[in-house]
Amino acid sequence: MSGPLISLRDVNKYYGEYHALRGITAEIGAGEFFSLLGPSGCGKTTLLRAIAGFEDISGGTITLSGKDMKGVPPNKRPTNMVFQSYAIFPHLSVEQNVGFGLRKSGMSPSEKTKAIGAALEMVGLGQYGKRAAHALSGGQRQRVALARALILKPKVLLLDEPLSALDRKMREDMQVELMKLQREVGITFILVTHDQEEALVMSDRIAVMFEGEIAQLADPEVLYRKPATKRVADFIGVMNFLPARAGDGLEVAGLGRVDMEGVYCPQGDVSGACSVGLRPETLSLLYDGETARARETEGVIDEVVYYGDMTYYDVRLEGLEEPVRLSMRNMVGRDVMTVGQTARVAWDPRAMVVFPG
Amino acid sequence: MRFRPLGVFAVFYLAFLYAPILLLPIFAFNDGTVIAFPLRGFTFGWFAQLGEIPALHSATLNSLIIASSTAVLSTCLGLFAARAATRYRFPLKGGIMGFIMLPLVLPEVIVAISLLVVLMQLGLNTSVFTIILGHTLLCMPFAIAILQGSFSGLDQSLEEAAMDLGETRSGAFRLVILPLVVPGIIASLLICFIISLDEFIIAFFLSGNEPTLPVYLWGLMRFPAQLPVVMALGTVLVGLSIVLLLVANWFRKRGLRKAGQEDTGGFL
Repeated sequence: MSGPLISLRDVNKYYGEYHALRGITAEIGAGEFFSLLGPSGCGKTTLLRAIAGFEDISGGTITLSGKDMKGVPPNKRPTNMVFQSYAIFPHLSVEQNVGFGLRKSGMSPSEKTKAIGAALEMVGLGQYGKRAAHALSGGQRQRVALARALILKPKVLLLDEPLSALDRKMREDMQVELMKLQREVGITFILVTHDQEEALVMSDRIAVMFEGEIAQLADPEVLYRKPATKRVADFIGVMNFLPARAGDGLEVAGLGRVDMEGVYCPQGDVSGACSVGLRPETLSLLYDGETARARETEGVIDEVVYYGDMTYYDVRLEGLEEPVRLSMRNMVGRDVMTVGQTARVAWDPRAMVVFPG
Repeated sequence: MRFRPLGVFAVFYLAFLYAPILLLPIFAFNDGTVIAFPLRGFTFGWFAQLGEIPALHSATLNSLIIASSTAVLSTCLGLFAARAATRYRFPLKGGIMGFIMLPLVLPEVIVAISLLVVLMQLGLNTSVFTIILGHTLLCMPFAIAILQGSFSGLDQSLEEAAMDLGETRSGAFRLVILPLVVPGIIASLLICFIISLDEFIIAFFLSGNEPTLPVYLWGLMRFPAQLPVVMALGTVLVGLSIVLLLVANWFRKRGLRKAGQEDTGGFL
């Protein structure tokens, strides 16, 4: 079958008066790693639960492999879910948890044992089958939840903030593991997360949601470099917003005049007051003997945040109320500058994203 | 050691609570018909006499029937109420739950008299059956309180996870929810059993000519010569209650452990 695996058409959901999903339309392909990203309360979990069948939608259609899912209960949908709490059955062993979904599969006991073994092996828990579920660590529970969902070979695996309960190190390891796993099994993953970094790292495509609507649907690089709105730009990563005035050219506070050609205006041509977005890594400090590739200006260093591999600087520019943030990779022969130092800042009009207002 | 007012208070408090109960076994083994010190000697005689009173046996049987039925009935009803209260949202939920819990604070005499009046109006005779009804009313709040504890400790996603993995709603309840609340169910059964077994006022009003054990005991008090037998019976009842309570608590704790939850203490 060709065409998208999942298609959402004008999906709406009301809780009483509250409009939780507002006309969501999207298509998700087979084998895609798709993320729903947004702040809490944006409707991303509601949408995921609607796809799983836990929420009835008030309007629109959800189609899965060409079949309308209206009225199909969760147990009859080709989706499986990894819950935020993992929802490991505490009274069952790891094996029993993983094998739970095979009850109605018609497999023989030996086939089941084999399938369970393979599923546990896949998530790296081969030795843990006999363990009691409540004796597992957070990361292990997560793996059991994954094995339990994947053993049923669903067409779509739904993951509801699966990494939010893990500590940072573990989370980063699991991100890589999840990506590997997804490539291995070739199943469509739909991930709900509020962590933009996580979404950028793992996804093929990301839908950024605010207030029940998709604000932008794009692959990570487009999302980061060409955010559709100021709000998306602000939500994804760090972005400096500089007040500006568009007319005959673009007058940017603190930086100066720029030609309108070459700057990116996602919401169409702007005129009058507008705001210019610049990512920290598109700005850099110039050391002695270095020259800017495009343009440069001067400022005073206001704050230094040292991260080991990177240093973030807040630099005050003439004519700007807020300091701009820029990031530098720390390298041999490049000393970290200090607060109060005057520095030259290189910038490039081609990195600018201009939003109206 | 430093003088600690609260420590002294605690000692007096415990003494007032338990000293009278301690007297029970002391006189139950005392070889004399008068309930007074000094003690006269040690005997199992009063306990032996317990075995020879047919009226006592039928009262015991009544009590056991009533306590078991009450336990089962209130636990079943409590199961529905507790599940509804923790899982669903419905209009007037607070009011309805409060209404069910009301017998907990109503004076029992009032409940007993009202029940009696209603039964009379309905033309029903007082019997074992009517006591079961009265006791169920009384035990329901306890059953709900215990079971609500079991239900509210459950992660809501557990049921959804079971459904997501191919089970129907009823299958999910049977395979996941029920096993996890079984300890609560057992605790509820035992506690309701004890409450019903010990209950006097409602039983007194509604028992008619089928007395329960406490009502029978009360009757015995009129005969001073029987007092040591009452003491012996009381001792047995106290012992039984303690054992049942310990068992109930053990089940509750085991349940928590099994579900991997923290013990926050207490039944209620």
